[in-house]
Amino acid sequence: MIDFRLDDEYEALRKTVHDFAQSEVKPVIGDFYIREEFPYEIVAKMGEMGLFGLPVAEEYGGMGGDYFALCLALEELARVDSSVAVTVEAGVSLGAMPIYRFGTEEQKRRWLPSLCTGEALGAFGLTEPGGGSDAGATKTRATVDGDGAEWVINGSKSFITNSGTDITGVVTVTAVTGTKPDGGKEISAILVPAGTPGFTVAPKYSKVGWNASDTHELAFDDCRVPVENLLGERGRGYAQFLRILDEGRVAIAALSVGLAQGCVDECLQYVGEREAFGNKIGAYQAIQFKIADMEARVHSARLAYYQAAAKMLRGEPFKKEAAIAKLASSNAAMDNARDATQIFGGYGFMNEFPVGRFYRDAKILEVGEGTSEVQRMLIARELGLK
Amino acid sequence: MTNIVVLVKQVPDTYSERKLNESDHTLDRESADAVIDEINERAVEEALKIKEAGEGEVTVLCVGPDRATDAIRKALSMGADKAVHVSDEALQGSDMVATAKVIAGALGKVDGYDLVIAGNEASDGRGGAIPAMLAEILGVPQLTHARELSLEGTTLKVDRETEDGVTHLEANLPAVVSVTEKINEPRYPSFKGIMAAKKKPVETLTVADLGVDAGELGLSGAAATVLEAAPKPPRAAGERVEDDGDGGTKVVEYLAGQKLI
Ligand SMILES: Cc1cc2nc3c(=O)[nH]c(=O)nc-3n(C[C@H](O)[C@H](O)[C@H](O)COP(=O)(O)OP(=O)(O)OC[C@H]3O[C@@H](n4cnc5c(N)ncnc54)[C@H](O)[C@@H]3O)c2cc1C
Ligand SMILES: Cc1cc2nc3c(=O)[nH]c(=O)nc-3n(C[C@H](O)[C@H](O)[C@H](O)COP(=O)(O)OP(=O)(O)OC[C@H]3O[C@@H](n4cnc5c(N)ncnc54)[C@H](O)[C@@H]3O)c2cc1C
Repeated sequence: MIDFRLDDEYEALRKTVHDFAQSEVKPVIGDFYIREEFPYEIVAKMGEMGLFGLPVAEEYGGMGGDYFALCLALEELARVDSSVAVTVEAGVSLGAMPIYRFGTEEQKRRWLPSLCTGEALGAFGLTEPGGGSDAGATKTRATVDGDGAEWVINGSKSFITNSGTDITGVVTVTAVTGTKPDGGKEISAILVPAGTPGFTVAPKYSKVGWNASDTHELAFDDCRVPVENLLGERGRGYAQFLRILDEGRVAIAALSVGLAQGCVDECLQYVGEREAFGNKIGAYQAIQFKIADMEARVHSARLAYYQAAAKMLRGEPFKKEAAIAKLASSNAAMDNARDATQIFGGYGFMNEFPVGRFYRDAKILEVGEGTSEVQRMLIARELGLK
Repeated sequence: MTNIVVLVKQVPDTYSERKLNESDHTLDRESADAVIDEINERAVEEALKIKEAGEGEVTVLCVGPDRATDAIRKALSMGADKAVHVSDEALQGSDMVATAKVIAGALGKVDGYDLVIAGNEASDGRGGAIPAMLAEILGVPQLTHARELSLEGTTLKVDRETEDGVTHLEANLPAVVSVTEKINEPRYPSFKGIMAAKKKPVETLTVADLGVDAGELGLSGAAATVLEAAPKPPRAAGERVEDDGDGGTKVVEYLAGQKLI
């Protein structure tokens, strides 16, 4: 009953993505990061490998795998670099999955094949300048115009990953589309193709981390799309994206575990080379204990996301496990990044060493796709606390 | 349709420490991670390109112990169609002539091959002679050290690159080609490929199936016997050139003295 060995195909995938990340990403990504440049070539290569289509069925151009396969790939990518990993994470779990899960046959045929090959990137616009944690506070509005043929969208979204690249294909935005019988807001999700008139993408942010990933503020000013672009049921947008966020948490957990593991990898190598007071620093117990703690954190966090993913794949409720995995793994990422930069001394503060990049990239993991406070709220609620 | 057979060898990972067994001086295959030889990934890639450009079937042929199935699966997950795996205790310690005979025997089990693609040199044995020996046994043209390859109908054209320069070779199929590092960049298998590989046929053969004389194989059948082996000596300290304004000249003199320039 308890067997944590990976099946052969998962292990082969993990190994393949590992080799790819080490040979194709690691040597070049630091320069992209410093130049704050989006790595189109790496994205194209990941597309060729099918990483953007991992959990999608083959009939829509996917790999016919599952969400756990995606998680393993994200972990191995983030072990080397988080910008690249989050480009895949957002592209798949926020970009393609809402369409795959809730789209009409026609929407799936139109969008999924190019999203799965990475020729186009998908994005999901939920957060607004006025608030992200309280998704129900959405202010963006969409109304059906006079003759009923189009949605007219007005409002803005903040911090939207993958929304402004040269290959961005579609952004799913949440908007208030009416009032529910109980007086509450009716929130729906609508597909907005890149380049639609009235949809403008602001210049990219200057960020603390994830500097080789693409993040923008979006504005919708009488932006018109056909009524058929409604994704899923009208008024179910809110409920539907909650499911997407639960899954996304497991994906972000995997990404966080990757970063935390990357810290261990880098430190193990460094402490065997660096000398101080006549010894390799790895010979000092204070250093060894730090690395032991780092390893313990990453190991526990990995088990947490494996288990959340296992429940998800079995079709069981996994909301609490997903929240725990995200909380634990983002903590592990932050703590390991702090310890790793400490072990690297002054070099840890230099951009040319990966651990400095890990340090900057770790912070957002406690915020994106639900802050740590939100994870605690979810766990508490699942425990019946009101 | 072109029937392509790719020769794939499983080797110890070049990143891990490689050792010889103390008892018989053969390679200690247990002490290191075993992987498909990178040059053979390129051979597979080249075969897949030919297949994708027209019509063809790609068969992977591997002589090696049971665990070499991992190398075979990798080639299948890249896109090869099927595999033949020769595995037999009797092969342990075989020399190159014996290995070439076994490969030739196994090729007889593949329905009509047109093109055999090998690596130019394995990263462990580094004999670099199997492809030539095989062509000799089969009595077909050998086009070794290919850095570029093209196939038009049944005419094969190869740019052969060695230290002496580039030679343009042409031959009719069937033929044996060996490829160098420059031939291509191998693809990474996709998850779809990995899943599909599990279902692709792998035929396992023993020496008895091949009609090769077992007496010629293994350590006892090898034409040479290794009497002694020693680890390579640590690298000697380098030559130091002090630059008193004539550093450049001294470096040139040194290199000329070593016949390097
Ligand atoms: C690089 C980057 C990429 C992003 N990508 C996307 C994307 O692709 N799509 C998207 O929709 N969003 C994206 N986001 C937005 C992200 O999901 C939000 O920033 C996040 O959900 C938090 O929302 P907020 O920033 O509005 O913070 P707020 O909701 O304003 O929260 C501020 C603080 O208050 C705390 N807080 C809020 N409510 C409570 C409460 N009830 N009890 C206790 N504490 C509380 C929060 O935990 C937080 O610490 C991205 C953000 C970044 C920085
Ligand atoms: C005198 C002598 C004694 C030896 N004794 C031993 C010994 O005792 N123990 C021992 O372990 N080894 C021994 N070897 C090495 C062994 O013979 C070689 O590993 C083996 O024959 C293949 O040679 P290579 O790796 O140098 O091939 P190369 O000629 O360098 O390989 C070129 C290409 O041929 C193909 N190829 C090579 N081998 C295989 C294979 N097995 N299956 C499929 N394709 C293949 C691949 O495409 C490869 O890229 C000996 C070699 C010699 C010359």
